Parts: sequence; C-alpha cells; structure tokens
Amino acid sequence: MTSPIKAEDSGSAAVLDPELAATTENAVAKSEKQPEGRSPGQLMWQRFKRDRTGVVSACVVIFFFVAAACAPLISKVYGKDPYTLYGQENPELLDMFTMPAKPFGGMDGEFWFGVEPGLGRDVFTQLLYGIRTSLATALAATILMTVLGVLIGLAGGYFGGKIDYWLGRITDFFMALPSQLFFVAAMPVITTVFVAPDKETPTYVRTCAIIIVLSFLGWMSMARIVRGATLSLRDREFIEAARISGASPWRIIRKELLPNIVTPTLVQATLMLPATILSIAFLSFVGVGYVEPTPDWGRMFAIGANTVEQDPYYMLFPGVAMVIFVVAFNLLGDSVRDAFDPKTGR
Amino acid sequence: MLPFLIRRTFGAALILVLISAFTFFMFFAIPQDPALLACGKNCTPDALEIIHKNLGLDQPVTVQYWNFLIGIFAGRDFAVGHCDAPCFGVSFANNQNVWDTIVDRFPLTLSLTVGSLLVFLVVGLGAGMLAAKYRGTWVDKTFSSGSLVISSMQIYFLGPLVLLALVYSTGWLDKPKYVPFSEDLGGWFMGLLIPWVVMATIFTANYTRMSRSSMIEQLQEEHVKAARAKGMSGNFVFFRYAWRGSLIPIVTILGIDLSALLSGGMVTELTFGLAGLGRLALDSVVDKDLPMLMGVMLVSAALIILFNLIVDALYAVIDPRVRLS
Repeated sequence: MTSPIKAEDSGSAAVLDPELAATTENAVAKSEKQPEGRSPGQLMWQRFKRDRTGVVSACVVIFFFVAAACAPLISKVYGKDPYTLYGQENPELLDMFTMPAKPFGGMDGEFWFGVEPGLGRDVFTQLLYGIRTSLATALAATILMTVLGVLIGLAGGYFGGKIDYWLGRITDFFMALPSQLFFVAAMPVITTVFVAPDKETPTYVRTCAIIIVLSFLGWMSMARIVRGATLSLRDREFIEAARISGASPWRIIRKELLPNIVTPTLVQATLMLPATILSIAFLSFVGVGYVEPTPDWGRMFAIGANTVEQDPYYMLFPGVAMVIFVVAFNLLGDSVRDAFDPKTGR
Repeated sequence: MLPFLIRRTFGAALILVLISAFTFFMFFAIPQDPALLACGKNCTPDALEIIHKNLGLDQPVTVQYWNFLIGIFAGRDFAVGHCDAPCFGVSFANNQNVWDTIVDRFPLTLSLTVGSLLVFLVVGLGAGMLAAKYRGTWVDKTFSSGSLVISSMQIYFLGPLVLLALVYSTGWLDKPKYVPFSEDLGGWFMGLLIPWVVMATIFTANYTRMSRSSMIEQLQEEHVKAARAKGMSGNFVFFRYAWRGSLIPIVTILGIDLSALLSGGMVTELTFGLAGLGRLALDSVVDKDLPMLMGVMLVSAALIILFNLIVDALYAVIDPRVRLS
C-alpha cells in the first residue's frame, strides 16, 4: 500500500515543476542506460580510441593497405608501371656500369624514388606493387592460418580426451620443426606437386605454394591460444545450459564458443600478420619466394644488397617503408591487446 | 634431475625420428619423381635411369627410408663409393658426401649463431635491466623505443647499410669473412664482428622488453622486498635475487627463438656472403639437391632439440622449484 503522504508529496512536486521532473527522469534513464548499452566490442573501440599511439599506428597500417589496394590507380596517375625497363628505353638514365646516372639513385620529378640499377625500372611503382604482393599474400596466409588454428584449437579444447592429446602432440611436433628452414625446403616440393619440374612455374602457383607452406607451418600458436581459451570456457554455466537444452556440439561451438574466442583470435592474428609479411620477404630475399618479374618487397632487398656499394639509394625507400610498417604493426598489436584486455599492462 | 633429463632425451630422440620420417616422405613421396628433380631441365631417360639406380629409388619408399635410417648409424654403399657411419647419403648435385659437407660448413654457423646469441643476450638483458632500474626516466624511454625501431630493421636491410658505413665508404673494417677459430683468433673475431652485431639486432629488442618487464615484476616480489628489509645492499638484491628470478621467462623465450636463430643465421650468411649451413640449405634448394637438404634439415632439427634440452636443464639451474618437483 502506498503511503498517502508520499503520493501527495510527489504529486505536488510534479505539479510545481514539471520541467525539472522531466530532466531528472531523463538523467536517471540515461545513467541507467549507458552501462548496459555497450557491447565488449564497443568498449574495446572506446579504449582503443583513447590510445593515441594505437590510433596513429592504425592509420599508418591502413595507409599501407590502401596504397597497396590502389596500386594500379596510383601507377596510372603517376604514369609508370613496375615492369617497363625505362633504363633500356632511355639510355641516359643509366651510366655505363648500369647504375643510375643521376645523383641520389636517379631520384627526380619523373622517377620519385629513383631508378633500379641494372634493369632500370621505376623504384616507386616497384615498391608499391611489391607491398601489394606481400600484403595480399600475407593476408591470405594469415586468414588460412587463423582458420586452421581455430579449427584445431577448438576441436582439441572442446572434445578433450584422446582427440586433445593427439592434436596437442601434433602441435608440439610442428612447433619443434625448424620452421623457416622448412619454408625454404618445402617450397620446391609444393611447387612440384602442381607443376612438372621441367616446366616454368606460373606466378599463381608460386603464390598458392607460399600460402600453403606458410599456413601449414604457422597455425600452431593460434591453435594453442584457441585451445586454452576453449578449455576455460568449456565448463562454464552457459555452455552447460546449452548442452542440457539439447544443443548439438556444432551449435555450441558456433553460437556459444566462437563469439567468446573472437578476442584472443583477433589479437593473435594482428601479431601473426606482420610476422607472415616478414616470412614472405625472407622467402623472396633468399630466392625461393617470388621471382622476376613479379614485383616483391623482399626481393628488392636482394637486389639492393648486391648493389649497395654503388647505389645505396635503391634500398632506402623499401627499407624505410618496411621499418615504418613493422613498427606501426607492432605498436598496433600492443594497442589492440590493451584495448581488448586492459589488465595485461605492458 | 636425472630421470627428467633421461625422459627428455627419449622424447627428443622420438621427435628426431618423426622429423626425419616427415621430411623423408615429404621429399620422396610427394613429388612425381625425386630423380626428375635431381636431373634438372635437360634430362635424358638414360641419366634418369642412372640416378634411379644410384639412389635406390627403384625400391619402395618405406624400404628407402629404412635404408636411410640404417645408413645414419651403420653406413651405406652407393654406386659412387662407400659412405661412412653417419651417412646422410650423397649429393644429387655433385656426388659429395652429405655429412662431410655439413661438417665442413658447421663451424661457421656455430660461430655465427653462438656469437650473436651472446651479443643479444648481453645487450638485451643489460639494456632491459638498466631500463628497469631507471624505470620511467629517459634511460628507460631511450632503450625501450630505440630497441623497437632497431629490431624492426631486418637483417637484409641493416646488413648492407652497416657494410656501406663501416666497410665500403670508410674502410674501418674488412668485409666479413670466416677464418677458422683455431687458425687465427683475432681474424675470426674481426671477420665475424659485423655479422654478429647485425644478426643480434633483430633479437635484442624482444629481450630488452622481456627482461625489463620481468625485472620490474621481480622487484615487487615478496622475497625481494624481504631481502631489502633485512638490510641487504641494493645492488646485491638487484643481481642476486631479482635478476635470477627474472631469467625464467627469458629462458622460455630463448627456447622458442632457437629456430628463428637458425633462419636469422641463414639471412645473415646470405647478406654477408658467408658459406655456412644456411647457405648450404639454400644452394641445395636451388640445385634441387634433396639428400643435402635432408641432411641439413635433420642436423638443424637435432641442434634445435639439443639446445632445447640445454635450455630445459637451465630451468633447473635457475629455478629451484623445478629441481624439487
């Protein structure tokens, strides 16, 4: 039963000052609404926005991706492509030792980043397309690695028992392999699966081979993290509730487990992508990745290392671009992790 | 301690056998015909026949693998001659004994990796400890951000730059080369100085960061506080108590980094024109020389496993809890 005094009191207040009452009501509604209105994703986004280093490095990373995606457009505006041998067309560009004739590696208004020693190609478009090649390959490989890792990790963590034991041993085994050496060794083997050894290997086969080799030997860390996350979730109430109500394992994995392991998966994937880019650059640098004439970031260093004594400027832009990219990506990875999980301080 | 080591050694041996089987079947079972790989682009049926016979490729793959394993322990006879006990076969490319070639190239790789390991451990841990000691000051900030930038310079970018700065334009140092350790100690040291430092850079930052955060963590531990409260000197507590505890996560990272060390060595060898195991692996990939590649892979895997054993034993040295359990 409501007390008559109280009812009267509130009634008079409402009559006396309806405006005030409305605003207080609004304020109450707002303060009640805000905390429950944010999903973990929104919370993460808000924390991330406040992190200035993270935002700047995210911009740098996005810039690289946009530049790589728009490479054909940029090269059209710029008026050159990475394949034409400008040095042969215009003999003034290269001197008698096939080094750029102009100072600073031939940098000028026409060739912004200079001319390649030897073949006389344009360094700017080469770098642009090279980054495009590396990023596209690395993105594909990282996605494949993530899918593989999540599947194996989920299977191990959710089903447990014998499946978990054997998947764990397989993971251990792959981790014990000297991975970079295996990349190098497995490349010719994988290409011979597709192409007879006495034929030229087409570029798309090379791309596939690189992606297969990298993801085949790179899923282990993801699998371990996903397995750990799944193990900690498996016995939680909401999973049990789903199981009791008769949900199939597939449905539990899809609807209950997957949404909850998105965070660690995403963080790990941001760490894996730059590592994959460096692996691709490594493969191309040592000569088993992309070969001429596909423009590639890593191979530019192989050319640059051979000509550094005569033309040090060739390697300048690819090198600086790589340093900026790797630093930005590392900082971004840290920021993403902090934003998702503020407890893990640096 | 001893049962632990014995168990680990058995595990390591098992992993080695598995790796050898994996590598063997990958090379000898997947491609259409390994002899075709060895034969190259101008292959005649006759040459193919000879290669088949020389390598025993007319037998089933499992028999071939068994022969390969036996060969490692007992030696084998090939058409080109007898191959002594640790026999990893004979090169497709130049008919040389794989094991002899590996033994020939090994000292360079060992000098390179161990040297740069020392450089990055000393520099990385030192910088991390300094940063932890002067936490929040300019020392900390300089080391932390400097190491991040330097470690992002890959060996193939930094190496040529250092060569340009110290060798080509100034002539302060000679071009890196390998002089055997036993012949000329000074020449060995000077010849490998640049490769050591350049190779160490990509690892240093990680260790600076790890050692900094783990030192900071340790300095807040109860036993460190207790030691301070007892009146022990700051430096003694810092080195004897906190440092020792901070080494545990670093040893873990070190175990993971061992295979990266091997690939770092490969890039370093290529950048500076040194002919070690990494170079041998690359050359055999280019020549499609599968037995040589197999040999290098197995030896590297064995090395990584051996070093991992040492790292595991180090745990016990550093952390008494491991010894007791």
